[in-house]
Amino acid sequence: MNFPILSSLILLPIVGALFLFFTKDKEGNNLTAKYVALFTTVVNFLISIYLWISFDQSTSSFQFVEDRVWIEGFINYKVGVDGISILFIILTTFITPICIISVNNSVKNRLRDFLIAILIMESFMIGVFCALDLVVFYLFFEAGLIPMFLIIGIWGGERRVYSAFKFFLYTLLGSVLMLVAIISIYWITGTTDVVQLYEIGIDVKYQNLLWLAFFSSFAVKTPMWPVHTWLPDAHVEAPTAGSVLLAAILLKMAGYGFIRFSLGLFPVASEVFTPLIYTLSVIAIIFTSLIALMQEDMKKLIAYSSVAHMGFVTLGIFTLQQQGIEGSIIQMISHGLVSAALFLTVGVVYDRMHSRLISTYGGLVSVIPKYSILFMLFALASLGLPGTSGFIGEFLILMGAFKDNFLVAVIASIGVILGAAYMLWLYKRVVFGKLINEDLKKMLDLNRSEYFILSCLAAPILFFGFYPDPLINTIEVSVTDLINMHNTNIASK
Amino acid sequence: MENLNLILPEIFISLSIMFLLVLGVFKKNSSKITFNLSLFAILITAIITINETFSVTRETLFNQSVVIDSMSSLMKIITLTGGFLVLVISSTYLKTFKIYNIEYPVLILSSILGMMVMISSNDLIVFYMGLELQSLALYVLATYNRDQLKSSEAGLKYFVLSALSSGLLLYGCSLVYGFSGSTNFDIISNQLNSEEYVLTFGIVFILVGLAFKISAVPFHMWAPDVYEGSPTTVTLFFTIVPKVAALTVFIRFLYVPFLNLIDQWQMIIVFLSIASMVFGAVAAIGQTNIKRLIAYSSIGHIGYTLAGLATASNEGIQSSIIYISIYVVMNLALFSCLLMLRRKDQYFEDIDDLSGLSKNHPLLSLCLLLILFSLAGIPPLAGFFAKFYVFKAVLEQSMYFLAIVGLLSTVVAAFYYLRIIKIMYFDKEKDKYDTDHSLWLKFSLTVSTILILLYFIFPSQLAEVVSRINII
Repeated sequence: MNFPILSSLILLPIVGALFLFFTKDKEGNNLTAKYVALFTTVVNFLISIYLWISFDQSTSSFQFVEDRVWIEGFINYKVGVDGISILFIILTTFITPICIISVNNSVKNRLRDFLIAILIMESFMIGVFCALDLVVFYLFFEAGLIPMFLIIGIWGGERRVYSAFKFFLYTLLGSVLMLVAIISIYWITGTTDVVQLYEIGIDVKYQNLLWLAFFSSFAVKTPMWPVHTWLPDAHVEAPTAGSVLLAAILLKMAGYGFIRFSLGLFPVASEVFTPLIYTLSVIAIIFTSLIALMQEDMKKLIAYSSVAHMGFVTLGIFTLQQQGIEGSIIQMISHGLVSAALFLTVGVVYDRMHSRLISTYGGLVSVIPKYSILFMLFALASLGLPGTSGFIGEFLILMGAFKDNFLVAVIASIGVILGAAYMLWLYKRVVFGKLINEDLKKMLDLNRSEYFILSCLAAPILFFGFYPDPLINTIEVSVTDLINMHNTNIASK
Repeated sequence: MENLNLILPEIFISLSIMFLLVLGVFKKNSSKITFNLSLFAILITAIITINETFSVTRETLFNQSVVIDSMSSLMKIITLTGGFLVLVISSTYLKTFKIYNIEYPVLILSSILGMMVMISSNDLIVFYMGLELQSLALYVLATYNRDQLKSSEAGLKYFVLSALSSGLLLYGCSLVYGFSGSTNFDIISNQLNSEEYVLTFGIVFILVGLAFKISAVPFHMWAPDVYEGSPTTVTLFFTIVPKVAALTVFIRFLYVPFLNLIDQWQMIIVFLSIASMVFGAVAAIGQTNIKRLIAYSSIGHIGYTLAGLATASNEGIQSSIIYISIYVVMNLALFSCLLMLRRKDQYFEDIDDLSGLSKNHPLLSLCLLLILFSLAGIPPLAGFFAKFYVFKAVLEQSMYFLAIVGLLSTVVAAFYYLRIIKIMYFDKEKDKYDTDHSLWLKFSLTVSTILILLYFIFPSQLAEVVSRINII
């Protein structure tokens, strides 16, 4: 038995949280707690990097698999990674320390509890991405609701109670149907082990209903139009670190779920429902981009842009083309980095001016130039400028879409233009123009820690924009294999 | 000669009741010693019962009217543990209201005796006897704080309605006897002729009586008022112990004599289950008193337990038993928290009194947070597994409608649990509560919370114990 590296990734944040739980909470800026949390997450990040280095890219089978009996004769605790999930794990372990560094000003009280919530959240998210048993997956998927509910509700803005409830109930409502589907799968096939299910396959006559049940959960979490309305509320009211976690990682759980479960387990149903996904994705892309254009609140604008970007992701996944799925995965990673960065940049000005309204700002470039440059980079990455990671994802998705359905691809391309419109307009109104608001003159440029975390995010955005090979190499074999499996399944039925 | 060893627990507990009563009459100021002795009696009874579990698989006594099997042993142990913990955490509360008298432990012991008889019953007469013994003790317990108007009202209400339901139940028993010629469960099941439609009336009447005892919708009307009016410790007793006993009788009654009539009763149980789940979830939303809220929430939880029963399979029965065991632990934990809301000899039971609890009492509110999420059925807490097993059994029988309605009502129910969490964590704080709680209260809260939190590490243990129960 090898060293259980995935379980230690899951458990380490909980150990850190337990350690924090037994330390005393101090008022104000509790540096000790912050260092403990930071240390835990950085170690976790290093472990995940080690995981990536020792990961064998030439095979699509699951690696680092741990299989333990959990409920006798029923559920095994089974975790493992393949090329698709490993990137999400690294994204999680990378974003969490950044969140922890960023909690300087946004969290005024009960910092220790906040850090505990973030650490527990991290461990659940890693669990989601490496679970290879449907019940274990569901467990982690749902358990994440508890810390996120508290993060939004305790440390959020004015309408936090409403947003926290909306977030929790929406997601729970979506997920219960998935639970019904999971138990039904157990009774149909006799196992909930994903690897075995890939081999056995599920009878075609059940697939459509099961697919819809999984869809109801993932659609809410993605979020897809028309069940996206919880997202802007949750994003706007959550503290900056919470928004970052939500946008960067929580939304990716659903995209990951679509690839791993909807495509993998229900190939026939996925073909059947592709038109539905296309329609909803295209509506999401165009409609929410238009909504984003009209927003006056910066965080809300970015939240709507997330919905649009996730529309691209779902579109790409269900093209069922190599490029489309690879593009979706890269788009998710890229969106994880970019949306995190954008929320942090909004957090920076919010900490200084306590306003998220676009109209408060204007002409920032002459006051805080460093900030403006980084903000520009992230805005351009968000609209998918070549040379940033956003471009690679969107380009591959559109390529896959053109292969599959010309009309959908054309409409989605219009979405790219709209994306450029709202992002550039936002940038113009905030950074350029005349400096009217006198208070802005007193603003300080980025301090050291803000500069550090924003650069940390900028580096991979640029690096993968110019050189996406490491990402593509990691996922390539797994995606090819997924598509092959899909095609053989379709052909045999 | 019958092997009386098998009913040694019942014999022992009856003797203890008589002894304690006599002791209480002849010795002055004997409250404390009665309390301790009754705890001791429960402990010994539990030990005898556990001991019995190992030696017996299935034995019947007295012309097969009493049955000892793995289900009865397990349920008796749960009953006794529940009773023990209720007694042990009651004392501070009772002293505050100056009702720390000898009658309290004696009444609890007698109702436990009644429940043990119920649990072991394999005959309509024995079952009715046990039921009435526990009910009579419970009537008195409900009105135990007799100086308070609400408590007396609760007792009276409970008495009137419960007597009505007992009447219905007895009428049902007589119909069943009339058409099968026996009161014994085993004989009834052999004699049964499913063509007899009047027999269905008998079953329905008995089911109504039983549904009343476990407060399933639409026979739940008494529960909120009685729960609110009774002293809190008695409410705790009401919410956990009688339900365990009534559930056992429910299982035995449906699955031993009337398994062949499943077409007749399955729809009734499904209806009771769905109605309880939905009504429990919806009606709890508007409540302001925690005890009333718990009443509605327990109605909902009974709905889930019944969902397991409706499946007519061993898996279903086992899942119901797992559900009720976890439910007992969760309610014990919840009431321990409630009993800690005390300030200067005054107990608080409104939801608003929890406002901002997390600022002044972070540990208590963390426990309450875990308990509430567990009651709402959010993984990885114990409450999730309880629901998981039930729905696993329900879906095995392809009862999709029941499963989906049940799971959707958990979402509605999550709303009112979240509301309490919101009040605890998101609202402004009030004055501090006292922290000098009795050791037992702290103990029961800690242990039950840890059980709830860490259940997911060892989920097989309980399932394995329960898997020995095979009624069908």
